[in-house]
Order: sequence, then C-alpha cells, then structure tokens
Amino acid sequence: MNDVRETPAGDTSALAEAGAGLAAIAPVVVSVAAYGLLLGALAAQKGLSPLETLAMSALVFAGSSQFVALDLWSAPAAVWTLGATALVVNLRHVLMGAALAPAMRTWPRGLPPIAVFFMADENWALCIRRAGQGPLRPAFYMAMALALYGTWTASTTLGSILGAGLQDPARWGLDFAFTAVFIVLVMGFWTGPRASLPPWAVAAAAAVAVEATVPGAWYILAGGLAGSVAGALQPRRSVP
Amino acid sequence: MTLDPTTLAAIAAMAVATYLTRIAGYWLVRRFTLAGRPAAALEAVPGAVLVALIAPTVLATGPAESGAALVTILIARRGAMLPAVIGGVAAAALLRLALA
Repeated sequence: MNDVRETPAGDTSALAEAGAGLAAIAPVVVSVAAYGLLLGALAAQKGLSPLETLAMSALVFAGSSQFVALDLWSAPAAVWTLGATALVVNLRHVLMGAALAPAMRTWPRGLPPIAVFFMADENWALCIRRAGQGPLRPAFYMAMALALYGTWTASTTLGSILGAGLQDPARWGLDFAFTAVFIVLVMGFWTGPRASLPPWAVAAAAAVAVEATVPGAWYILAGGLAGSVAGALQPRRSVP
Repeated sequence: MTLDPTTLAAIAAMAVATYLTRIAGYWLVRRFTLAGRPAAALEAVPGAVLVALIAPTVLATGPAESGAALVTILIARRGAMLPAVIGGVAAAALLRLALA
C-alpha cells in the first residue's frame, strides 16, 4: 500500500511509478544483457549446463560474484570456497542495504525482505538517487528490479547456450561494459570536489592497494569502508 | 540439460551467502537509528563502493583501460548512459588493439 498522503493524487499511481522505474533502468538493461551474455559464455566454457547457469543467475543474482565464482570454478565444484567467496564479494551489499533501508521505511512490512533479494549495484544506485529526490515507491523499485532480473537470467542462459561461439570477449572490449556502467553510475553521486573528492580518492587508493596485495575480492569492501570513513571524518554541513 | 548435485550445492551456498549480505544492512538499520557521523559515513557509502569496484580496472590495469575510462567519463558528462557505455567499450577495444 503506497502512502498517498504526501503527494497529490494522480502523481503517485503505481503504473506511473513502474513506468518511471523502467525508463530509468532501460539503458542499464542493455549493458547488463551484454555482460550477461558474456557470463553465460564463460559458464559454458567452465562446463556449466544452460540449466545450471540459469539456476545460478536466478538464485544468486549478483553479477560480479558470479564472474568471480566462474573464475574459481572447478569440477566438482568447491561448495564452501564458492559460498565464502560469494560472501566476501557481496559484503558491499551490507553497506548498500543499510543506505537503502531508510527509503523503505514506509513500505508494507513484508516487502523489503523480498525487495532486497533484487538489490544489485545498478538498480541500487538508481534507487538511492531516486530516494534523494523524493519518496522511493515499491512500484518504482520492483519494476526496475524485475526488469533487471529478467534480463540477467535470460541473457546469461542465452550466453551459455551460444557458449563457445563467443571467443575471447576481451578482444571486443565487452568486458569493459561492466566498468563503463559503474563509471556512469558513480558520476551520478558526484556532488562537487569538496564533498566527493576526499572520500572517493581514499576509496580508490584503498581499493587499488588491497587489490594489488590481497587475493580475492576484499578490495571492494576495503575501498567502500575506507571511503565511507573518510566521508564521516569530513567537516560536516547538515546531515539529513 | 543437466543439473549436477555438487554444482547445485555450490549455487545454493552462493545464494544463501549473497542473500545474507543483502538483508543484513537493511536489518541493522531497522534496529538502530543513525545520526551524526555514522549517518555521514552511510551517506558516503554509495560513491565509495562504486569507486572501489572500478578503481583497480580504471587506475591499475593498463593505459587502454584508463583511456577507455576517460572516454566513458567525457561522453557521460554530456548526458546519457548508453552512448557512454558503447563509447567506453569501443575505446577499450581500439586502445587494446593499438597498444598491444
């Protein structure tokens, strides 16, 4: 049930909110489809069947951890190693969920635990930006989430069926699509050199240093935490 | 189409671990209200996480990746996401070819 008291009637129809969500996620969907194909092809080369690729995408639904998992993949699968690695790669979700939670405060009680299952970097970034401009409605969030989920499961499965056909994707620069999407997303969080530069520089330095010295995906968490601490230590203006 | 039990167990382990990370932050904030410095730290999280995610590729992989990142930023400054991503991917491919 949406809280319709805050905004004039007509503005808040669930359909309009869903449409706005789909419009915002549309350009992301294209690049997600590109690296979904890539992940599927990689999975096929590692010996996963299309059904197994579909199961992984549908149940895990976390692109970067799936790429890392396939990098480590062996037959038979190392269950505990893969589970632990997914935990480390995705620990950033703890920070992300904490940042998103206040925007879900007015939602129906049972919905957030379901909604967070669909929280990925791209739709999270867009929803945080939306929450900065006004209330974040469930219809906006879920339309975006399901578009992303459908795209990811379909494109990874298709990629695994096409499989070996796509050889050496790095030659075509397709692996860079992931980085490019995040560059554009992070630019949306730039609020000027005074507020953004110190935490971002700290985050980048920590991530690069940890990535160079610690195996695995700890650099994401290290950079996120270091940048967040730098943000907290800055001389403050008003914090909402 | 096959579904190997060990593969399925690994996928299930990944799925459980990933969902725990997704619910944990929401759960923590629901129980503790944040203000002051903790709130400022939380505010800095989005940019910091995204920067950390891309920094090794952009800054420490090679001139082709750094150049492609620059192209992406320059196109993105002018507006839409899709042209920036396509431009970045094309730049990565061309620069790798040119610098190989």
